[in-house]
Amino acid sequence: MKQLSLKTYLKLFWSTFTLSAFTFGGGYVIVPLMQKRFVEKLKWVEEEEMLDLVAIAQSAPGPIAVNASIIIGYRIGGVWGALASILGTVLPPLIIISILAMAYAAFSTNEYVAAVLYGMQAGVAAVICDVVLTMALGIFKKKNPYSIAIMLLSFVIAYFFNVNVIFVILGAGLFGLAYGYWGKRGHAK
Amino acid sequence: MIYLDLFLAFFRIGLFSFGGGYAALPLIQDAVVTGKGWLTMSQFTDLLTISQMTPGPIALNASTFVGTQVAGLLGAIVATAGCVAPSCIIVLILAKLYFKYKNLNAMQNILFGLRPAVVSLIATAGVGILFTALGIGTSLDFIALGIFALAFLALRVFKPSPILIISLSGVAGLLIHLIKPLI
Repeated sequence: MKQLSLKTYLKLFWSTFTLSAFTFGGGYVIVPLMQKRFVEKLKWVEEEEMLDLVAIAQSAPGPIAVNASIIIGYRIGGVWGALASILGTVLPPLIIISILAMAYAAFSTNEYVAAVLYGMQAGVAAVICDVVLTMALGIFKKKNPYSIAIMLLSFVIAYFFNVNVIFVILGAGLFGLAYGYWGKRGHAK
Repeated sequence: MIYLDLFLAFFRIGLFSFGGGYAALPLIQDAVVTGKGWLTMSQFTDLLTISQMTPGPIALNASTFVGTQVAGLLGAIVATAGCVAPSCIIVLILAKLYFKYKNLNAMQNILFGLRPAVVSLIATAGVGILFTALGIGTSLDFIALGIFALAFLALRVFKPSPILIISLSGVAGLLIHLIKPLI
């Protein structure tokens, strides 16, 4: 981990701050947003590494948005980077909820607020679909039948059988280990 | 001491909520409603409503909401710190291991298996949000479908910032709400 300029830390902080402020609809939403910002726009992280980082974030307890921020911050700027990105992630909910805790009765029944949120939900769905499509095409393009099989199978298991994500992660990791050991004698690339 | 109490209660929530999102819900309820009596059940329901309308993980929203109720702004900060402390420790350890061993064959093989699975997990969450937003399975909402289709098309063709697209979708929702009574 190299030392970065103050400007980079600020950029990291501001990136996670704005992403966190738009993470409507649950933790996973931040993953596509991060993919767009850090992989496609800033090019600080490669797509394949991003998937590794998400897997690690998912393997630890705690909110995935928080975990993903910590590990990406650490990858980009070491412990100080992790600190900058965690601050950026926790501040928006802290500010927004502090204000709303005082005025939530008026807020939660406001029809205009509801209309904006209704539109945003459709927009969030579009962002996720866009990123999933890009990522899935990336897997298909490698033309490795095992990767494609893992992807399809884990979707069926997680979506239709509601298996806890921890078991999906564990299973896929073990499969990779076994495949490398017996299938290709140590090289799974 | 109330601050230490808050810190420890949310430290436990952060530490034991695996799987993210709503997996933390029963833990939070157990700690702040049943355990400490910091919130009444109806306040807890308010917290859920607010969480659904605001960005951010539900555990963090709960930290601020409960912290503010119990001990003001400082309470909110202490509870938030408690909530993210386990993540900081555990994720940093895992990160160190990953960067140290990622070039080992065994690690490469594990990651080879993990990458496609992660795509699927994101897709699983995406399908849930898509179905809720468009009313698939209940009653199909053509206006939401229209916003979704335009946003998706714009993302594929022009590759704009997702935050811009989400904001514009919100504006579209508001405009449609304002125009609707006029038609």
